[in-house]
Amino acid sequence: MTDTVHPLTAHERAHESAESRRGFLLALPAYLYLLVFFALPLAIVFVYSFATRNRTGGTDLSGWNLDSYGRLGDEIVTRVVMRSFGLAMVTTIVCLLLAYPFAYFVSTRRPAVRGLLLVGVMIPFWTNFLVRNYAWRVLLSNDGPVSELTQLLGLGETRILFTQTAVVLGLVYSFLPFMILPLYASLERIDGRLVEASRDLYASSWASFRRVILPLSRPGAIAGSILVFVPSFGAYVTPAILGGDKKPLLGSYIVSQFLTARNWPFGASLSAVLIVVMLSATLVYFRAGGRNL
Amino acid sequence: MTRKLLSLLFALGLVAAACGGSDDDASGEGESASGDAAACAAGQTDGDLAFFNWAEYIDPELLTAFEAEFGVTVTQDTYDSNEAMQPIISAGGSGYDLIVPSDYMVSILIESGDIAEIQKDAIPNLSNLSDEFASGLPFDPDATYSVPYQWGTTGLGINTAVVGDVPETWGLIFDPALADQFGGQITLLNDPRETMGAALKYLGYSLNTTSESELEEAKALVAEATTRLAAYESDQYDELLGTGETVIAHGYSGNFLVQFDEADNPDDFTYFVPQEGGTRWVDNMAVVADAPHPCTAHTFINFLLDAENGAALTNWNYYASPNAASEPFIDPEVLEDPIVYPQDQSKLEFISDTGDFEINFTDAFIEAKG
Repeated sequence: MTDTVHPLTAHERAHESAESRRGFLLALPAYLYLLVFFALPLAIVFVYSFATRNRTGGTDLSGWNLDSYGRLGDEIVTRVVMRSFGLAMVTTIVCLLLAYPFAYFVSTRRPAVRGLLLVGVMIPFWTNFLVRNYAWRVLLSNDGPVSELTQLLGLGETRILFTQTAVVLGLVYSFLPFMILPLYASLERIDGRLVEASRDLYASSWASFRRVILPLSRPGAIAGSILVFVPSFGAYVTPAILGGDKKPLLGSYIVSQFLTARNWPFGASLSAVLIVVMLSATLVYFRAGGRNL
Repeated sequence: MTRKLLSLLFALGLVAAACGGSDDDASGEGESASGDAAACAAGQTDGDLAFFNWAEYIDPELLTAFEAEFGVTVTQDTYDSNEAMQPIISAGGSGYDLIVPSDYMVSILIESGDIAEIQKDAIPNLSNLSDEFASGLPFDPDATYSVPYQWGTTGLGINTAVVGDVPETWGLIFDPALADQFGGQITLLNDPRETMGAALKYLGYSLNTTSESELEEAKALVAEATTRLAAYESDQYDELLGTGETVIAHGYSGNFLVQFDEADNPDDFTYFVPQEGGTRWVDNMAVVADAPHPCTAHTFINFLLDAENGAALTNWNYYASPNAASEPFIDPEVLEDPIVYPQDQSKLEFISDTGDFEINFTDAFIEAKG
């Protein structure tokens, strides 16, 4: 008995380690990708944040110091961060309110219709992000289609371009699919029998939505909110093109450190702190609310 | 652990290979790629030209003509700001031979050792330059490192059909009595040096000031002007003016002229540098310090300094030529246009690099926005 057990476990062990080796080899391209295109650039950002700007705007990789981090408490930084935070919150909430009913509607259709609607959600991605933002500029301009329509209706010329409304509109438009898709995924997974059961137990349709569907779709709402909030917080292109860059936001503030002040260490320290804050906030959020994601 | 280390090393190897690979590509057909190579002779080429230039700044036919005459291929990549170009060149190994930095950027590139001395023997056409340009400009006092390409001014483009007859002053931006009526229809360049510079000029100061109190005054003006703006816009200011979205726009002379030319009613538009003065700028050709093909680069500079080729440049992009010999070949309406060739240059200033004070300019600009 012992004779047969021993060689078997050895064999199993060999099999197991072969499995894990194969797993590692399969994941190797992904590891390499993450290392070269994620970890390495990130490390460079962190290294630069401790360096010094020289007189000509180059970066001296010596005389390491924390000066750039000292500036993060400046009043202008706080103001820019709070403004960006507010904008990202508004964008996320508007996206959530728009996406939820739509995702619910899609998830309750026949599979063929579902597929069609989801393709519709993704069609805008076929066009470059920048081009779509410039298209909005045309749509919202003083003599653009939106303004012409309101004039036709006797409401007068609309001036939306270069306002905060235009920025929110552009951001919601750009990031809505990132809210719809995870919401749809979690709504579609809900077992219809649970809803039926709640109705059998005399729950009103509102109660069954609030007590059954909403909690079960929460992981999707959380994932979607993060996917929308993070890029909105650092958005650069949309506020510049549709907002006219009149009120500095975090994205344009960081860009101006690199491209006009040529102060790479400060730009890098802003980016580094942004990354750390977003990463820890995301982790906390996931732990608190999205355990079963 | 060793496995992790190995994969890390492998990744680093990949990165090194990728970098090395692009170097090989850039140096073309295996010519020696040393920057301080032996002297180039006039008309000598040592491989294909890798040209890094501003977008829409050269007539493509000039590139074709150069290719045909010298039997080399010209590859042109473009950039939209000096600051976008500089890090690529400063990193080294970019593979570019020739770049077109503006005035203040030339002095930065000289100081950082990123551009090579011009081999004047290889460019006989240097004699075509007008005296003012041949003798060197403040950013390169002895014309050792750069050769002027084109020059122009920064000022205001106006839709006269809407604005009417107005005084030529920066007050159109900064004086509420003049500017309030055009609220929401004005754009300013999204550039701290140009826009803070305009306010400084309006106040009667130098746009290269390093006085914090003068900059504070300018900041207050820009902050107030921001409330009247449609946008801070550095790319489409000319289109926005042309389509009627705005009526006053801050921008570069040549871009406005090209735009006015394309408008349905060119007579409705004008451009001027306000009477208080403004920015004058020169873009310059410079050979990259580690250029793989320095001789082709010098030959190309010489080619553009030819009288007829220099004129072709100006006739295409509507910027003024530093090339005196080219004047007979420049379209008369361009040559006589005071917008292209301003008569009074006494109040124009070059933007010069202010060193660490650049940070103050950027900070003041962002704080002025809010």
